[in-house]
Amino acid sequence: MRWAAALGTLALALYLGAAFAGKRDRALFMPGATSAGHHQIELACESCHARFGGGAALQEACVRCHGEQLAAVHDSHPRTKFTDPRNAERVALLDARLCATCHVEHQPERMRAAGLTLPADYCFRCHEKVGEDRPTHAGVAFDRCASAGCHNFHDNQALYEDFLFAHRAEPPHRPDGRLIARAWAPIPEKRLAADAHDAPAHASDAKAIADWAASAHAGAGVNCSGCHGEDAGWQETPALTACDECHAREAERFRSGKHGMRIAAGLSPMRPALARLPMKSEALERTLDCAACHAAHAVDTRSAAVEACLGCHDDAHSLAYQASPHAALWRSELRGKTPPGSGVSCASCHLPRRGHPGKTVAADHDQNGNLRPNEKMVRSVCLACHGLGFTLDALADAALVRRNFDRAPLHTVDSIAWAEERKQADRASARREP
Amino acid sequence: MRRLERSRFGAASASAALAALALACGEAALPPTPAGIEPKLMADALHAVMESDRIVYTKKVVNRLQNDLGVIRASEHWEDDQALPLPAQMFRMGSEIAAEKDLGFTYALLSLWPVNKQNAPRTDAEKTGLQFVIDNPGENYYVDEELGGEKYFTAIYPDVAVAPACVSCHNDHPDSPRHDFELQDVMGGVVVRIRAGI
Repeated sequence: MRWAAALGTLALALYLGAAFAGKRDRALFMPGATSAGHHQIELACESCHARFGGGAALQEACVRCHGEQLAAVHDSHPRTKFTDPRNAERVALLDARLCATCHVEHQPERMRAAGLTLPADYCFRCHEKVGEDRPTHAGVAFDRCASAGCHNFHDNQALYEDFLFAHRAEPPHRPDGRLIARAWAPIPEKRLAADAHDAPAHASDAKAIADWAASAHAGAGVNCSGCHGEDAGWQETPALTACDECHAREAERFRSGKHGMRIAAGLSPMRPALARLPMKSEALERTLDCAACHAAHAVDTRSAAVEACLGCHDDAHSLAYQASPHAALWRSELRGKTPPGSGVSCASCHLPRRGHPGKTVAADHDQNGNLRPNEKMVRSVCLACHGLGFTLDALADAALVRRNFDRAPLHTVDSIAWAEERKQADRASARREP
Repeated sequence: MRRLERSRFGAASASAALAALALACGEAALPPTPAGIEPKLMADALHAVMESDRIVYTKKVVNRLQNDLGVIRASEHWEDDQALPLPAQMFRMGSEIAAEKDLGFTYALLSLWPVNKQNAPRTDAEKTGLQFVIDNPGENYYVDEELGGEKYFTAIYPDVAVAPACVSCHNDHPDSPRHDFELQDVMGGVVVRIRAGI
């Protein structure tokens, strides 16, 4: 009997070991459903968990994927704030040195709409006396700081007091509102004609060659072999690495967002079938690589900005786009009736152009980098055409977001009014002082 | 000032290791090395560098370019305003980069009249020390502290208004609880903490 139990235990151990090593049945080990941000790579356990190293290794994994973005937005609460010993008492209450203190994985019952867990009282622990300095904040509920469209823990670039005040009197719509134009160093014109293509006979397709000949690739002198490889090395479907050679930043950002993160984790490319968001049934088995959005030979960035998205995404916000004022502006721009930059595609908001006027300005291919909390979009996109007050109100109106901004916001964020109130109080106080 | 038993720099153990290596290689033993660095000396040295850089930035950059020549201003929102970082921000940014290295020491600029209320004294040592450097011009405050179960040697140095830019900025800032600073006033203190046993 004892032998049978030992053999059974051994068999179970071997099975579990093989299941984990083989990755296929790793779901057996999942302690609970993962978050919206991580579910695609949940079976690549090594993405977050190291065999040794415990919490420190876990923290390293968080920073590996999210550190650059936090630094870019000037994280209001960097880890170093909490490694300072003077904050030891606070850290004992809420260990903000570790991302996992607030953002817990494998606990779906605690997930918020934003796709992560977050304690309700994390502001209160350090800022409970804010009402003493800011009368507007006295008596505000402890869980309202971040839920009212006023503050974020990490990214407050569009929410700080002086910024709110500086943008207090803007109209909902700027008459001359334009999104920033793409810009990069001029590429020497080396256009190749259609008959200069170097595809082997077995791979020559008249439509593909015609599309290529009219594309920016042919314009820059990039022949078929530039992506497909030469002679015996010809690849019918070039890998992402082929695009990577010339479009390194775009490929890197693609891999850091939800379209490409599976590739970054060493898994098969994302397919809409694996998504948690509603996707169109006919698109479920598509493979997400560069060519999924950019037609492989025409490389048309306009269709990549709308049609490619709507070919897969089937949620309420996506379905409402074509009837939205943003879409009408986009169609008007495409028809040449309104100036470049006046239209708003899906990519305008979700893959915003980043850069500085006069420098390189290109689309950020991590569509999640600009998504949540949605105040991230304020400076990168919305303010190009809208006033700050209107923008904050709109982004805080969840129903309006679902409807793809087809009406005026019904929600009012108090922050600008409060910033004004405080400035007026300061001025009154300054007048009273000698 | 009590000398912390385990507060010695790794230099001592590194020297010992080198000496052992030299012996193993058949060479003559290295001369005896000092048994580490006193935490007070280390804190004073760190502060000397901080204070010097801070004075240079305040006087030669901010005060000269903003107050004297008027060619560029310094702003709390220096990125958005395409301006110079304020001296206190320059100091804080440096302290954050140093903290990322996790070398066993931290430093911060605190005040009894902080613009950012998070920079008000919080520990007993901070409260006592910031008052001490105001009450005892020219003197520093040194103390042993225990925070979060760790022991620290803590030094607090007076932070003096060395340029008109310090005074005008703090006096005019709406978040400043005090508006009557004058040149050479102690406006706050630099708190340097060295973890015991590093």
